[in-house]
Amino acid sequence: MSLVVSKITKRFGRYPALKGVSLNAEPGEFLALLGPSGSGKTTLLRVIAGLETPDSGEVSFEQEDYLALTPRERRIGMVFQHYALFRHMTVARNIAFGLRVLPRKIRPARAQIEDTVKRLLSLVQLDGLEGRYPAQLSGGQQQRVALARALAIKPRMLLLDEPFGALDAKVRKDLRHWLRRVHDETGVTTIFVTHDQEEAMDLADRVVVLREGRIEQIGTPETLDARPASAFVFDFLGDSNQLPCQVDRDRALFEGFSAPAVVAPGAGPAATAWFRPHETRLSSSGEGLPVTVADILIKGAMVRLECRSRDGRLYEADYPKGTVPSDLIIGANVLLSLQRAFVFPNI
Amino acid sequence: MRAATPARPAGLSWLLIAAGLAWLGLAILLPLASVFVEAFRKGLPVFLAAFDDPDAQAAIRLTLTVALIAVPLNALFGIAAAWTVTKFEFRGKTLLLSLIDLPFSMSPVISGLVWVLLFGANGWFGPQLENLGIQVIFNVTGIVLATVLVTLPFVARELIPLMQSQGADEECAAITLGASGLKTFSLVTLPNISWALLYGVLLCNARAMGEFGAVSVVSGHIRGLTDTMPLHVEALYNDYQYASAFAVASLLAGLALVTLAAKSLLEWRFGGELARPTLSEPIKK
Repeated sequence: MSLVVSKITKRFGRYPALKGVSLNAEPGEFLALLGPSGSGKTTLLRVIAGLETPDSGEVSFEQEDYLALTPRERRIGMVFQHYALFRHMTVARNIAFGLRVLPRKIRPARAQIEDTVKRLLSLVQLDGLEGRYPAQLSGGQQQRVALARALAIKPRMLLLDEPFGALDAKVRKDLRHWLRRVHDETGVTTIFVTHDQEEAMDLADRVVVLREGRIEQIGTPETLDARPASAFVFDFLGDSNQLPCQVDRDRALFEGFSAPAVVAPGAGPAATAWFRPHETRLSSSGEGLPVTVADILIKGAMVRLECRSRDGRLYEADYPKGTVPSDLIIGANVLLSLQRAFVFPNI
Repeated sequence: MRAATPARPAGLSWLLIAAGLAWLGLAILLPLASVFVEAFRKGLPVFLAAFDDPDAQAAIRLTLTVALIAVPLNALFGIAAAWTVTKFEFRGKTLLLSLIDLPFSMSPVISGLVWVLLFGANGWFGPQLENLGIQVIFNVTGIVLATVLVTLPFVARELIPLMQSQGADEECAAITLGASGLKTFSLVTLPNISWALLYGVLLCNARAMGEFGAVSVVSGHIRGLTDTMPLHVEALYNDYQYASAFAVASLLAGLALVTLAAKSLLEWRFGGELARPTLSEPIKK
């Protein structure tokens, strides 16, 4: 176990930001802290980095008590949300900063620092930009300088706060896979904060879902997808619909039809079934929830139907283009059945 | 859609500009010009003679000495105050901010009187200090104290908005990268605020050299000893030595003009860094 965080609490004035958070990270693991704003994910990151002092709890790294160390002794590479590049220093100076401030006895020679900067620049694919100032770089480039600067100190751990938050969608996707590659090349334990579930599920070995200062679930993306621990996790991980149901072992029973279900402990007999828009079936006869098509939207390669049931509730259903009957029009009456449902206790 | 700028009669803007310029000329340029006209009315020799007077030289020396002590003190205080207010969260922060501003809203006479009240012969600590042989009031010490109080907000006021907009992220980054507090300050904070600091020091200096009210209360007007330049100007004027009075006054006015020029240069060259928004919005490719 490389990082052990146990029972961390932290409040800001009267507002509790962390209410007893515990988690572990394996050496070389890539961990995502996922949650809505105000869930405490950034605070947790700053506690690990030593920029916030927790009210109680423990943080250790390779059996070393990290709370007893100052931030500079922890040797954690941190990439800030807005990069926090030193605006009056060139790219090369930014990257070399962590080496230049070392005490003279252990500071590498100038030539060695220059070599390191060169090597990192090519790792983050910014060769030739060493003389630029941060203001002369695009957001994506600034982000990569921030990462190179953090890697320069040979960090024991890498922490990234919303690393892609300020970038536009296209750059985000490219950088995402590139970051994963850099992680795999350097092998350093990495934790990143995000509010984007797609990012977390796509990148991380394990995802930590936070909600109001507590951990809601920790698991691999597959586990989170197959066994969400709560309605909150299910809802946060993607678009979702809800339908009241009865529970019969591993099936959710609705009026006139039923569906295979993953039933959470404590749910039932009366409970709520949650399901994804793409895990539904559309039919004109047979079993299902009778709905009227209220709107038809194109979403990339998918077609989204907004359907209204008789009691006025809206349901979303997604299908690949081409699988939707071409004669389907707004106002058509259809039956919606579920391929898979997740049943949680009624809130 | 509403037009962004409503149409206006063409003549109106010219009228407003003319009125503005006329007022500016009347209230600022005319008095300023009259200082120089009066100073040179009797010719260059008389103008120069005003500075041959040992009292005038003493006044200039005193003014420089006071500024040399008060300005660095307030620069240090301004940096410390701005650092505290912008990089840390604590109780009473708003109170501290208002206190920093207090000298701006207080009459300079009060800024002088408080020192008399504290250290004057009948003041709270006056007798004790007198026993120790220390004289504060009617002395350079008192003048420095009064000047420090009056010019206290200048540097802090200039730095606080800038440092607020810059945030503490760069400092946090420096610390996680292993920099000590001192290195963080000298390598990261100071370069980020250097131009704003210079700007604040400039304004602080102009006020320190020109302060009249507060200094007048504590100085005791001993010619050649406790008269600063502004006090010396008043003394000369009261003695009907108009040419000399305006000659010394023109030196002060010249200082104001130099400050203005330097200030404009800074604003023109480093305007972005004096009131710069954060780098948080990166340039889009």
